[in-house]
Amino acid sequence: MSGIALAFVVAMLGLIGWLTGRARAAMNRRVPGERLVALPIHHGSYVALATVLPAALFIATWAVISPALVTNTVLETPAAGELPAARFERAVVLSEARDLGAGRAYGAFNPLAARLAPAYATAQRRFDWIGGIVALLLAITGGSLAWRQARPRFPARARVERVAMLALLAASLIAILTTIGIIGSLLVESLRFFSIVPPADFLFGTHWSPQVIDPRDPGATLGAVPLFWGTFFIGAVIAMLVAIPFGLMSAIYLTQYASARARRWIKPLLEILAGVPTVVYGYFAALTVAPMVRQFGLSLGIASASAESALAAGLVMGVMIIPFVSSMADDALAAVPTAMRDGSLAMGATTSETIRKVLLPAALPGVAGGVLLAVSRAVGETMIVVMAASGLATLTLNPFASATTVTKQIVDLLTGEAAFDSPKTLAAFALGLVLFLVTLMLNIVALRVVKRYREAYE
Amino acid sequence: MNSAADPIARAPTDWKGAVMQRRLRRRYRAERCFRLLGLAAVVGSAAFLAVLLVAVLGNGLGGFVQTRVALPLDLPRQGIAIEPVRLRGPGANLALAAANIEGATDAAAVAAFGRGGDDLLSDSAWLTVRDAIKADPTLLVRRATIAVPAADAIDSAAKGHGEAAARARLAALEARGAISRGVNWAFLTGADSTDSTSAGIWGALKGSIYTMLVTLALAFPVGLLAALYLEEYAPRNRWTDLIEVSINNLAAVPSITFGLLGLAIFLGTMHLPRSAPLVGGLTLALMTMPVIVIAGRGAIKAVPPSIRDAALGIGASPVQVVFHHILPLALPGILTGTIIGMARALGETAPLLMIGMRAFVAAPPKGFTDPSSVLPVQIFLWSDQIDRGFVEKTSAAIIVLLLFLFAMNGIAIYLRNRFETRW
Repeated sequence: MSGIALAFVVAMLGLIGWLTGRARAAMNRRVPGERLVALPIHHGSYVALATVLPAALFIATWAVISPALVTNTVLETPAAGELPAARFERAVVLSEARDLGAGRAYGAFNPLAARLAPAYATAQRRFDWIGGIVALLLAITGGSLAWRQARPRFPARARVERVAMLALLAASLIAILTTIGIIGSLLVESLRFFSIVPPADFLFGTHWSPQVIDPRDPGATLGAVPLFWGTFFIGAVIAMLVAIPFGLMSAIYLTQYASARARRWIKPLLEILAGVPTVVYGYFAALTVAPMVRQFGLSLGIASASAESALAAGLVMGVMIIPFVSSMADDALAAVPTAMRDGSLAMGATTSETIRKVLLPAALPGVAGGVLLAVSRAVGETMIVVMAASGLATLTLNPFASATTVTKQIVDLLTGEAAFDSPKTLAAFALGLVLFLVTLMLNIVALRVVKRYREAYE
Repeated sequence: MNSAADPIARAPTDWKGAVMQRRLRRRYRAERCFRLLGLAAVVGSAAFLAVLLVAVLGNGLGGFVQTRVALPLDLPRQGIAIEPVRLRGPGANLALAAANIEGATDAAAVAAFGRGGDDLLSDSAWLTVRDAIKADPTLLVRRATIAVPAADAIDSAAKGHGEAAARARLAALEARGAISRGVNWAFLTGADSTDSTSAGIWGALKGSIYTMLVTLALAFPVGLLAALYLEEYAPRNRWTDLIEVSINNLAAVPSITFGLLGLAIFLGTMHLPRSAPLVGGLTLALMTMPVIVIAGRGAIKAVPPSIRDAALGIGASPVQVVFHHILPLALPGILTGTIIGMARALGETAPLLMIGMRAFVAAPPKGFTDPSSVLPVQIFLWSDQIDRGFVEKTSAAIIVLLLFLFAMNGIAIYLRNRFETRW
C-alpha cells in the first residue's frame, strides 16, 4: 500500500472517529441527571486523535526502520551471496537494485543489481503491507477504545486540550532544535576540519588558495585571514560608508522634515529596496556597477582596477542595507523623549541644530546598535559577493582591487565537485562556523546596546 | 563685583545689528543645507531603485518577445513520409520521433535561404515544425510556410544588439519579408536549455511553487503554534528564555548558514534527494519560521487583555480562549507576517545553492522529490552565461520574480489595511 493511500485511509478513519464520537456524546445529553464535563465536539476530537496519533507515530517509525529490514531480507536471498565484499561497492549495487525494484530506474549498470531487483520489489511490497496493516489495526483499536470512553463523565476536553498544549510546546521547541542543528553540524564538520588542518594555520594564515591543497601540509594554503579582511572591508567599511549616511539622513528627513503625506509615499519606496532579492542586486552589481567602477578606477589611473572589485560589491551591498539602517535610526530617533526636542526648539535652536546637538547624541547608542546589526547583515550577505566579488583572496586596501569574502568562498568550496570529507568541503563548514559566531556576537552586542538605551528613556 | 556675569547687568543683545544678522543668516543657511542633505539621501536611494528597475526592464522586456523566420516547408520533397493515419493514434509521438524532422528543417532552411540557412534558425526550430505537423498532418503532403524561432544571433540583431554579420543577414531576411515578431511562449512554458532561444522559466517557476508549498506547509503551522505558546502560555523560566533567544537569533543568522545545515543534516545525514523541492522547502521553512513567530507574537500581543478576561470570565478554558477568541483576532496580522516571510523565502538563493539546486534541469519537476531549479537560482545560473540572449532572459526572469514579490507584498499590505483593528 502506498504511503499516500495509507495516510488518506488513516485520515478517513479519523474523520469517521470524529463523527461517531461526537454522535455518541450527543446521545449523552439525553441521559437525565448527568453533569456533562465536555461538549460532544471534544469527545469527537478525542476519538479522532486516538485514531490518528498512534497510527501516524507508527507510520513515521516504520518509514525509518523498514528500509533496513528490506535490505536485510534481500541480503538473505541466494543471489546476494555474490555481492562484492567491499562496503562501498556493495552499497552502490544495492542502491541500484533498490531503484530498479521501486521502478525509479530503467536498466541496470550492474547485472547483479538487475537480478536482485525482483527480490527488492517483493520484500518492499511485503513490508509495505505489514506496515499498512499494523497502522490500520492501531488506528481502529485506538479509535474504538476511545469511542467506548465517550461517556458523560469522561473528561474529553481536558485530554484534548492537553494534546493541544503538547503540540504548542513541541512547535516552539523546533526553534531550539534548529539552533542545536546548526551549531552541531557546523561544530562536527569543523572539528573534522581542524583534525586535518591546525586551527592556528586556518585562523592566522595569510595565504588562501584551496584549489591546490598539499596533502602533507594542508594548512599552508588554507589561511583565512585574507577572507576575513575582504569580508570586513566590503561589508563593514565600504557598505557602511554608503549605508550609514544615506540611511541616517533619510531617516532624519522622513521623521523630522517630511510631511505626513510625503512620508506615506517615500517609506514604502525605501521598503521596496529592502524587498528586492539579493540575487537581483548581485546581477545588477556584476552587470552594471562593476564595469562602471572599473572604468572609473582606470580613469583615475589605477591600472589594477578589477572588474570584480571590492568597491562594486560593497557599494551595491550598502544600497541594499540603506532601508535597514534607516528603519533602525527611525526607531532610535522616535525613542528620544519629545520633551528634549521641544526644549531645544523652545530655546531658539533651528531644527537642524536640534537634530545635530540634541537628538543625534541622545539617539547615538540606538543608532550604533542598529549599525552593528546592519554590519552583521552585510557580513552574512552572500549573493551580491558571489556574483560581483572575485574568487581571488588578496590582502589589499585598494577598493578597486579584487577582494573575496567568507560567504563567497563557502559557496565556491561547496559547489565544486569534491568528496564530502575532503579538507576543501570541510573548510566551508569551518568558515561557516566563524561566520555564525561573528554574526551571533554582533547581534547579541547590538541587541543589548539597543535594549539598554531604550530602558534609559523609559 | 561680577557684573559681567550678571544677566541683568549685561547689555541687551542687538538682534538687529549686523553681527547678529550675519550669524542668523549663517544658521539658516546651515539649516537649509542640512535639510537638502536629507532630501538628497532620500532622492539618491529612490534614484538607485529607479536605475535598477529601468536597467532590468530595459534589458528584460525583449526576453518576452521572439523573432521568427518564415520558413517555406516542402516536406514531401524532403522525404518525410508519415502516413497521416499514424498521427492520430497514440503512436503519433513515436512516428514523429522516427522521422528525421530536424534534418528536414535544416534542409528546408538551406533551400530557402542559401548556404548557411540553417544557422538562421534556432536549434529548437524543428520542434516548432514537429508540433505544427502534429497539429495539422496535411503539412506532410503539401507546401506551406510556417514561422519558426530565429537563431540567437538573429534575435539579438533584431533587438538592436548583434554583430555586423548577423545584422546584414537580418536585413536580407527582412527585405524578403520573412521576419515576424511575437510573444515568446517558449520562455513562459519551457524549462532551462543550453540554447537561449528555447530556454524558459516555467521549470524554475514550478520548482519555486513546489518549494514554497513545502515551506508554507511546515513554517506556517509551526510558527503559528510557537507564537501562540510563547505569547499566551509559556511560563517565565529559563527554558522559555532559551526558546526566545534562539528564535531571535535564528531570525538574524545569515541565510547561508541554513544552507550549511541543510547540506549536513538533510543531505548528509538523512540522505534526502539532492536538488529536490522537498529539501529546499525544508531548509527555507527553518529560515522562515522565526520570521512568522516574531510577526505572530506582535499580532497576538496587539489583542487587548479585555478579550481574554471576558472569555475567561464566562467560563472558557485557556485553550478555548486562545483558539476561539485570540487567534481569529490576531490572524490577519499573522497572515501578513507569513506572506512577508514567504516573499523573502521566494527570493532566497544562497541556501538553495548549498543543497545542490544549481544543477542544469531541462524538464519541469513532476513532484516534490524530482530535481528542480527555482526562480532566483535560475537567474543566478543564467547570469553566468555570456550570450546576449541569456542576458535578456536573465532580466526577463528577474521581471517575473519581481512581479511575484510585488504581488505578495501587495496582498500583505492590503490585508494589513483591510483587517487592521485599532483597539
